[in-house]
Amino acid sequence: MIRNQYITTSLGIFGFVVLWFFSVEYLPVKAFNRLPDPVEVIFEWFSTDPYYGISIFVPDYYVHIFYSTYRALVSFLLAVLVGVPLGIFMGWRPKFHDYAYALIGLLRPVPPLAWVPIAILIFPGVEPAVIFVTFLVAFFATTMNTLVGVKAIPEDYFRAAACLGAKPSDILKDVIIPGAMPSIFTGLQIAMGAAWFSLVAGEMIAAQYGLGFIIWEAYNLIQYPTIVIGMITLGLAGYISSVLVRLLGQRLMSWRVSKLGLED
Amino acid sequence: MGKIDETKSGKISIRNVTKVYDPDGANVMALDDFSLEIDSGDFIAVVGPSGCGKSTLLNILAGFDTLTEGQIVLDGKNLASIETIPKPGNDRVVVFQQGALFPWKTVMENITYGLIKSGSTDLDEIEARAREFLKRSGNLEEIANVYPAQLSSGMQRRVEIIRAIINDPKLLLLDEPFRAMDTVNKAKMHQHLLKTYQENKKTILFITHDLEEALFLADRVIVMTTRPGKMKLDIQVDIPRPRDQTILASDAYLELRKKTVFAVREEAQKAFERGEREMA
Repeated sequence: MIRNQYITTSLGIFGFVVLWFFSVEYLPVKAFNRLPDPVEVIFEWFSTDPYYGISIFVPDYYVHIFYSTYRALVSFLLAVLVGVPLGIFMGWRPKFHDYAYALIGLLRPVPPLAWVPIAILIFPGVEPAVIFVTFLVAFFATTMNTLVGVKAIPEDYFRAAACLGAKPSDILKDVIIPGAMPSIFTGLQIAMGAAWFSLVAGEMIAAQYGLGFIIWEAYNLIQYPTIVIGMITLGLAGYISSVLVRLLGQRLMSWRVSKLGLED
Repeated sequence: MGKIDETKSGKISIRNVTKVYDPDGANVMALDDFSLEIDSGDFIAVVGPSGCGKSTLLNILAGFDTLTEGQIVLDGKNLASIETIPKPGNDRVVVFQQGALFPWKTVMENITYGLIKSGSTDLDEIEARAREFLKRSGNLEEIANVYPAQLSSGMQRRVEIIRAIINDPKLLLLDEPFRAMDTVNKAKMHQHLLKTYQENKKTILFITHDLEEALFLADRVIVMTTRPGKMKLDIQVDIPRPRDQTILASDAYLELRKKTVFAVREEAQKAFERGEREMA
């Protein structure tokens, strides 16, 4: 039987929407019946004159998307700029690893929301505070995966390079960085996802724009379809950014090809 | 003996080398007062059960590890002693058991890596040389721009051997390079290695646990005892080169095999029993 991934994937999504529709409309549970059903959400989302003010035809919708995307992107890029070199350095120099590992190990489990008060105290204004909190989560994911990637490089590659006359700087450039690349990109995908979820948490507490803000405000104003619009938009944004990271990774790592069936 | 050219380098003198791991703890003696003189251009196979110290010997020769006592001299120059800090170099290139071509570099980039790191700048000349080696290795020129993951394991091994030999090392260290291969591919690789040896006449130290392979390939087979590694037998393989499969049925080969097979089995059995004791 030919397996068509797109058909099964679409069927999965369709099944979920049907389930959503029936649980809102027919399930004898009060809490469910309060929720907007998919039809209501889609009408609101694609309405030229949305009842609660947010749809694809409203410029404000894109302002919120822009703010969230901008924050996620800045945080993510900062996390890459700091986390990848730090992870590589920790994997490369055991002594530095010992200095830094316990600190990172202790700070990493602190949930992003717990950082919000400190972040607001440290930074002037809400914007850098939200970015800082988002950055932290992405940073830990990036650093840890980079470190794991360096440590997972087989010893023989280091030995082979040394045999062939590589200097320490060559080892860094020719073995450590490319060798850790697959794991770095796994880390970047996780970091991208983590950036979105901590971003929304930050926006719910302290922001005037952004998708997290929309969701929280819609909840307070009892505009339930808008909550779901915000959620779907976040899902799409997270998915697209994760795909982009994966595509970049595939481009940079064209050596990870499977056999072409060349035999001798 | 494989000695052809008296002026060629690659003469190795291993003098009373002892290696103890973790001197203040478990005190595992991997090599015990091991000595061996290798003539330039000789093909030496070291056979022994796992844990006999043969990989330790290779690691010390390659500069990956220190020794506890003794000295190794290469062409009259000190290579390893208690005072020397081990340092790998492209005069002793290793071909690894699991294969260690850089997966992120093409075949060409892998092969030319050593020459570029040792200061060659004429990229055209280097690549032409690499192509020549690929051609002589069974018309492999067309794989020059391919990544190792696209090659069969046999091709990967051939490329790795080229990557070593192109640097014109004094000593080629082969660490059970065909261990993970099936019988057919192994036989092909044996032919290929014999041909490569015939063409280049490098000093080769070939580590293996497979006696048949050792006798088929080498000029001299060293059988080691199980831990601590000592020399048990030192056998001259006086079978003329070039060799091919037919020698496997020759009287000379069978006679050598008869002389050695029980010595190897005995050490393997001892290693096995020690393993059981250590597990208990």
